Amino acid sequence: MTLAFLLNGETVRLSGVHPTTTLLDWLREQRRLTGTKEGCNEGDCGACTVTVSALEGDTLVHRALNACILFLPQLHGKAVRTVEGIAAPDGTLHPVQDAMVTHHGSQCGFCTPGVVMSLYTAHRDGRQDFDDVLAGNLCRCTGYAPILRAANAAAGIPTPSWEQDETAALQELAGDEDVFLDGGFLPGTLDSLAAWYADNPDATLVSGATDVGLWVTKALRDTTPVAFLHRLREHQTILQDDSGLTVGGGVTLSRLRAAMAARHPDFAELIRRYGSVQVRNAATVGGNIANGSPIGDSPPALIALGATLTLRKGAARRSLPLEDFFLEYGKQDRQPGEFVESIHIPAQPDRLRCHKLSKRFDQDISAVCGCFNITVEDGKVSDARIAFGGMAGTPKRATTVEAALLGKPWTEATVRAAMPAFATDYQPLSDMRASADYRLRAAENMLLRCFHEDHGARTRLVGRGAA
Amino acid sequence: MSVHKPNPHDSALLHVSGRAQYTDDVPLPGDALHLAFGLSPKAAGRITRLDLEAVRTAPGVVDVLTADDLPHANDVSPSPSPEPLLATGEVHYIGQPVFLVAATSHLAARKAARLATIEIEETTPHLTIDAALQANRLLEPVLTYERGDPDPEIAAAPHRLSGAMEIGGQEHFYLEGQAAFALPGDDGGVTVHASTQHPSEIQHKVAAAVGLPYAMVHSVVRRMGGGFGGKESQGNALAVASAVVALKHRRAAKMRYDRDDDFTITGKRHEFRIGYEVGFDDSGRIKGIAFTQYCRCGWSADLSLPVADRAMLHADNAYYLPTVRITSHRVLTNTQSNTAFRGFGGPQGLLGIERVMDHIAHALDADPFEVRRANHYRDMGPTAQEPDPGSPRAHGDAPDAQILTSRGAARATPPPDALPDTDPDAQLTPYGMPVIDCVINALTDELARRSDYKARRAAIEAANAESPVLKRGIALTPVKFGISFTLTHLNQAGALVHVYSDGSIHLNHGGTEMGQGLNTKVAQVAASVFAQPLSAVRITATDTGKVPNTSATAASSGSDLNGMACKAACETIRSRLVAFAAEHWQAQPSQIAFTEEGVRIGAETVPFAELIAKAYMHRVQLSATGFYATPKITWDRVKGRGRPFFYFAYGAAVSEVSIDTLTGEYRIERADILHDVGQSLNPALDIGQVEGGYVQGAGWLTTEELVWNDAGALTTHAPSTYKIPATSDRPRIFNVALWDGANTEATIHKSKAVGEPPLMLGTSVLMALSHAVAQCGDGSLYPALDAPATPERILRAVDAQRGRPW
Repeated sequence: MTLAFLLNGETVRLSGVHPTTTLLDWLREQRRLTGTKEGCNEGDCGACTVTVSALEGDTLVHRALNACILFLPQLHGKAVRTVEGIAAPDGTLHPVQDAMVTHHGSQCGFCTPGVVMSLYTAHRDGRQDFDDVLAGNLCRCTGYAPILRAANAAAGIPTPSWEQDETAALQELAGDEDVFLDGGFLPGTLDSLAAWYADNPDATLVSGATDVGLWVTKALRDTTPVAFLHRLREHQTILQDDSGLTVGGGVTLSRLRAAMAARHPDFAELIRRYGSVQVRNAATVGGNIANGSPIGDSPPALIALGATLTLRKGAARRSLPLEDFFLEYGKQDRQPGEFVESIHIPAQPDRLRCHKLSKRFDQDISAVCGCFNITVEDGKVSDARIAFGGMAGTPKRATTVEAALLGKPWTEATVRAAMPAFATDYQPLSDMRASADYRLRAAENMLLRCFHEDHGARTRLVGRGAA
Repeated sequence: MSVHKPNPHDSALLHVSGRAQYTDDVPLPGDALHLAFGLSPKAAGRITRLDLEAVRTAPGVVDVLTADDLPHANDVSPSPSPEPLLATGEVHYIGQPVFLVAATSHLAARKAARLATIEIEETTPHLTIDAALQANRLLEPVLTYERGDPDPEIAAAPHRLSGAMEIGGQEHFYLEGQAAFALPGDDGGVTVHASTQHPSEIQHKVAAAVGLPYAMVHSVVRRMGGGFGGKESQGNALAVASAVVALKHRRAAKMRYDRDDDFTITGKRHEFRIGYEVGFDDSGRIKGIAFTQYCRCGWSADLSLPVADRAMLHADNAYYLPTVRITSHRVLTNTQSNTAFRGFGGPQGLLGIERVMDHIAHALDADPFEVRRANHYRDMGPTAQEPDPGSPRAHGDAPDAQILTSRGAARATPPPDALPDTDPDAQLTPYGMPVIDCVINALTDELARRSDYKARRAAIEAANAESPVLKRGIALTPVKFGISFTLTHLNQAGALVHVYSDGSIHLNHGGTEMGQGLNTKVAQVAASVFAQPLSAVRITATDTGKVPNTSATAASSGSDLNGMACKAACETIRSRLVAFAAEHWQAQPSQIAFTEEGVRIGAETVPFAELIAKAYMHRVQLSATGFYATPKITWDRVKGRGRPFFYFAYGAAVSEVSIDTLTGEYRIERADILHDVGQSLNPALDIGQVEGGYVQGAGWLTTEELVWNDAGALTTHAPSTYKIPATSDRPRIFNVALWDGANTEATIHKSKAVGEPPLMLGTSVLMALSHAVAQCGDGSLYPALDAPATPERILRAVDAQRGRPW
């Protein structure tokens, strides 16, 4: 079978490619499009940023993605644009390119193509939150100031006349049929996936490849057979009813952030600091849960919200509280052939407070991520669901702390009396991100922060309520 | 004149369109081999068994080489002490190259390199400064520079303090990793393209490794995707490996490190510990000071010796130290061999005295800026001049940015002398060089005025009292940085300029382009000599076949050295043209001038191209070399006496930070910078260096933490774990202006070097954090922040202030 996608507006049909060939290697080695750079090969520097456009319904959606951890099958039916493909045919620069020259936004130039593509994607979408747009593009030369000047200058310039709308070409390109590759499978429907995975339980499931990508580029593992989940529309729905929100396992973190913005703004802000735009555009809720990382950022929030996980194998489904899914480090309650179909977040008033701690604010893995869902009625704590990442081998609830709060008056004395209970709930590790002592002290202080915030103090450097 | 103009980087158009070629982008023949190193899994020991069978039989593998297979020298060291390309029995750090794989693809080579069985009889590794000191593992004997005897002065001083500071290293994180490839020549020679700051050293190391004279090895570099010192010596291994394989197999051979390998194999900024004892008076003026510097060199010499020297040479920063001793221990550990990194030891030395200033101020409950001010060298440099109207010499985000677009010290009033005139040595550095170009008082006063430092400091302290969780801090710190290679003979450069018969100009010089805009600046110099537009000058790759015997593009010297060499070459051609024109047009040489309208010859104006065409027809030589050697410098590094630097570059920054006292997180709210670049060759490029240097320096002192585990493995080996500043880490408000008084020395168009000095402006961030932390206590405990001041270190310090130590 062949993969079909658009590359800088031209249709490309490929057969015989290895399913975990990265877009970056293919661009550079097969197409000699060397403008897209390899800086880290793990999705952390953004030098390989490209724009991937896809139809969602009738809407053409543009996403910045890291080509180094993007496998060719993930492009099936989509349109890729690289830095070589945004200037006019006569060479006239795109406004973001032109602004980068005018404002001295490049020095060594190696991060520049990625910066340009992040800005290009934002320009197409009219986004101007450039600290976010560029959080995934590391620059070692400029100190970012001239890049921001360029971004702001280009923002006011209209989309150039030569910009192509890929809608028609994409409508012709690919349907929903299952696609089989040598070593790879692109199911067209959730049912196809469920049936195939039940038969191939040793296969690797790839949604966004922000984690599996590194198994390939860093661990050099053979992950075949691989199933690619990105075409499953039923897996990417967010359904709301009276009971709450049911989020498909294939929903990206970017979309989850949007869905949370009004419901649980602290969760949305937590997701804003999850990876970078490029990572959030690829990574999915299902992947973030299924890989079982003790430092994944969405599980603590979801546990604090009392979320329920639905797993599916073949036609069979089962549901369990998310916190029960994580058994121990590296081990989840997931049977062979089972995959994350959806997660249900119960409807509730917003009380969620999320505190992410990392060495760097943006695009850094949490040292500690604490999520607090504390209900106070008549001055007393009537309910408390507190969950942490980075404090144990799994995302885990702070049950002793919760117990120390329940039924007590919501006072600083109660909070301070409960703080030592963290040491009962958690015996964190020391590693390159943080020492055990620091993790514990910070976790305690996060509870204190919840209290201070409830009483109107300014406590945050970034995000909601920041000075 | 095209100098002093804010021309964009010569490759900017190529950068933004993805057309700029880096080493890995150059097309190679389809049968090119790709290389990878197999690395030592242990930090110290002897290899007892090396089984490479699985490597040899892995898919795509064409050859596997160990030290025994190397045909000639097994050495990639930039210093006289050898460092093997491939380990010879002993291993010295985790990540040391042990064998070399050549395969048909990069991926095949990487995969195969992991298949070896390496058995090592381990010895106890010495991983830390303490462990190495205990074992007396020193690179060379302890070195001391001293002026006067500080001990009695310290003892007799009204106040005394002592302390020690740990200063972490720093990974370069050039966005383009190390890369090189080699092409075999038909005459047995070899051409090497490398991402290197030092093509001549590549030439020399390759020549020794393949048994050829230098003339048979051709080394080329068009551009690097960042260097920062990390490509001064660390690229030697890849170039040598590529050349050895290319000549052996008669095929092109390329090597580039995966990012994790790059972190694991290559050296970094030197980690330091600096101890101090100081005596001072009631105003904070230092009477005597003794520094003990411990410099973690890693496993081998590399460039550690001059790095440690430069740390000693910057122990004074901008301060007169009446009696001073600096003792330097160069410590060998079983870790990556630390190397050049922007500032080259200077930043660490400077940080030592800045820490002392901060500590003194805390002890006296004084404004640290006042203490710094009391200790500054006296100003003797020129006052700055009025700016060119409309010259874009500043960038700012603040509402009052308009004010900041004026030049330097235009409104600065001469400062009162900070030191009594009775001390005749008051301008002498600890190594006896008089500081005759000092502008630090006028510069910092002007910066304090522009940034409203004093009022903001008072406002911050008042606001902190009302803010239980978030606290702010502010600090103003100066920089004085010595310009020249301390190895005096390196201060030379060459250039080669051709004017073709159509009037177009081809420029080549010995410097390398790593993003700093060197080629743009040197081209501006060339264009100015001929009064031609910048577009008339073709910039070409650095090439040992065009300009030989070059020094590394390092020590901030690129435009000073190569700009002068280029100017000399261009002036040679121009004087030939003048002589020719005088004869041909029957004019006096004094009547001939090169202008933007053409060459004025008496009453006539001749287009440049026409003059050139005529000159060619009359057999005038239109090609010339130029050469420059920095004058006036002499240095005895053992005695610690002389004039190691041609001049000093100055600057200062005010940083304001906020800290979160519940987690130790922080952010830079505002930075104001005034930086001395002499008369800027290109204010846009210079401001770019200042902004970038500040953020890189701030990163070094805050979030950039290198962590090794107990076995000696670097656990922060990728951007997922090693955190350089991201976009949102730049200061919220970022005002940068140039102090462009002319250089007192005869440098290229009276400019000053700009590559390294701005990095040290980041010191103000660490000192502002110290202020914010101190605001959490009652003033009795000095925060004593080590670097990097990670959020964890900040919280620990805050909790110590609050009596909750952990």
